[in-house]
Amino acid sequence: MPERQPLPSRPAPSSRRRFGRRTWTDLGLQSGALVLAFLLTSVILLVAGAPPFQAYVEIAKGAAASFTDISNVLVAWVPLLLASAGVLVTFAAGLWNIGVEGQIVLGAVLTTWVLRLLQDTSLPPAFIVVLAIIAGIVGGALWAALAGILKTFGGVNEIFGGLGLNFVATALTLWLIFGPWKRPGIGSMSGTEPFPEQLGLPTVGGERLSLWSLGLGIVAVIAVYVLLERTHVGLRLKAVGLNQRAAFLLGVPTWQYALLAFLLCGGLAGLAGAVQVTGVYHRLIPSISSGYGFLGLMIGMLIAYKAIWVAPVALFFAALNIGSIQLPIVLKLDSTLSGVLQGALVLFVLLVEGARQRYSRRAPSTMVAGPVPGTSPPDDVGAV
Amino acid sequence: MDGATLVIGLAGVLTAAAPLVVATIGETFAERAGVINLSVNGTILLSAMGSFVVAVSTGSLVLAFIAGALIGALVALIVAFGSITLRQSQVAIGFVLTLFCRDLSYFLGNPFMGEKGPMLSVHPIPLLEDIPVLGTMFFKQDVMTYFSFVLIAGAWWWIFRTRPGLVLRAVGERPEAAFARGARVKLVRYAYTTLGGALVGLAGPMYSLSVKAGWKGTISGLDGLGWIVLAIVIFGAWNPVRVALGAYLFGLLQWLSVVLQPHLQGIPSQVLQVAPFPLMILTLLFVNIGNAEWVERVLAALPERPRKAVARAIRALRVVQPRSLGVPFEQD
Repeated sequence: MPERQPLPSRPAPSSRRRFGRRTWTDLGLQSGALVLAFLLTSVILLVAGAPPFQAYVEIAKGAAASFTDISNVLVAWVPLLLASAGVLVTFAAGLWNIGVEGQIVLGAVLTTWVLRLLQDTSLPPAFIVVLAIIAGIVGGALWAALAGILKTFGGVNEIFGGLGLNFVATALTLWLIFGPWKRPGIGSMSGTEPFPEQLGLPTVGGERLSLWSLGLGIVAVIAVYVLLERTHVGLRLKAVGLNQRAAFLLGVPTWQYALLAFLLCGGLAGLAGAVQVTGVYHRLIPSISSGYGFLGLMIGMLIAYKAIWVAPVALFFAALNIGSIQLPIVLKLDSTLSGVLQGALVLFVLLVEGARQRYSRRAPSTMVAGPVPGTSPPDDVGAV
Repeated sequence: MDGATLVIGLAGVLTAAAPLVVATIGETFAERAGVINLSVNGTILLSAMGSFVVAVSTGSLVLAFIAGALIGALVALIVAFGSITLRQSQVAIGFVLTLFCRDLSYFLGNPFMGEKGPMLSVHPIPLLEDIPVLGTMFFKQDVMTYFSFVLIAGAWWWIFRTRPGLVLRAVGERPEAAFARGARVKLVRYAYTTLGGALVGLAGPMYSLSVKAGWKGTISGLDGLGWIVLAIVIFGAWNPVRVALGAYLFGLLQWLSVVLQPHLQGIPSQVLQVAPFPLMILTLLFVNIGNAEWVERVLAALPERPRKAVARAIRALRVVQPRSLGVPFEQD
């Protein structure tokens, strides 16, 4: 084992100067990417024979026209916050945790399991809910650990291990819903038998929004920000992500940190699943993860892995998702338009950032955590 | 099951696996050149939808397949531009594109859901089709399945037996050395990524106009196949013949799960449908575990006799990827 070297205690100054000239250029370029994304989506809308401007207006109306809409956006915001915060940890360690979808699902499954197990006991309902949420966190973390072990000890790239586990998790949910946990009578796609109201998180004024889950989401984002930007553990995670070999030579136990990243991300994803069960659906449904895990990955890429931007961007994505729900009714358009717009946005941000690095005369900045666009990928991104 | 049914079933496996063969060989070309095109899953969906729409509106199968190849090539060009010219992470660009293309195919394909489109027809080859067993399996197929057979041999010959193939392998293994010997690394990567993308794009119409005819949006049953394609390429160790074997093995397993379904009461069909995915993980585990450090240590601790056998088994399965896969190349 090589001699343990002290690590520098904070990132290089460039990443701390938050509002220098660079920031304004960046903001300009990112707005440019936003404009390009809207242009491309508008072209796509025209191809589909729909009026682009009206479609955007409908999305905006669908997201903010009433208190119910706004509360629904916040309901969608919470799992996005949790998933994005989680993948930032794995991104920091240079890992592509595509398995985050399945980790959300396993969180939901274990939460449902504990609720089913304890719902007929005399324990206080609040206590049962807390236990169930903890079980969800554990479930997500274990599912992530599986991908992590496959990666560190089996050489199975986390992208493929994670994807495979996503499909397995979905199959497990379907099997539970149509098998052991089916509703009295016949199992259906509408999910398991709903739990009684007292076994859910308290909600605000007749809406599905729960202040508890909102609080959990916000606390998680702050915790991840502090972890990555203000602690030694976070610094070491980033060291592992930037250069595994160098980190190892500096005395960072690399595979342990990689597994830790998986556990933390899986725990947050599991919490997202637990919130979906206890706060939103009050049962297990087939599509319990709703694609929030993949969206979390997209948000991570969009914000260049900087935790400070998670909250606003996740809110924007949540608004797009909720706003597009009524598109099929008002404009006869498929609601996947939100996914098209989100994908175009992330794509253009990546391309514009690449163009900036390619064509700007200044040397590209290097001190950002995670698989930074433009720098060479971490040792084994792409190693399969 | 009698002999004739079995032969027809196996012929069906060859047809059903043909899109996988074409897509995996396309991806093999790109990865041999050092570029992972992670957008396969979305590309297949988008080209399946796009070519179905072309087929429905023009009635021309040829145009439909050309459209499919063009869509695949275009998506691959974005991956190439982003990763080769702009030096962004291939994984990031590919992942975004895979989600973007998937949602785009559902969005644009929405009005065409459930419409009836033309289908590829079977063209038996005279004389050859009369050979017992083999005739039914190999010579009573549609044009694209014949194409998949030719592609396997052609790709193998191109990669391992020609000079351009040598350059291709050099660019994926040691781009600096290839560059020093006069290879135009970036151009070669662009060319093979685009060619590979076009082949992946052909897989789309092979599904929507033949194997899983029609466009049914989210229930088309195509979502997920692209990820299997990427896994098969690893299983096949970037060798077209082994890759094709992987695709046929997968096709065979899927067929078996359908055939055996009545005998497996109690297992819901949803579970059988995802059975390939844990198998994919296990397969990747088998072919990769030889690369893990601890395996060496454990092997060294074993007594002589089992060690040799185990080591040989692990070596036989083990795959080593092109050395510069996913690594950007700097000309200066």
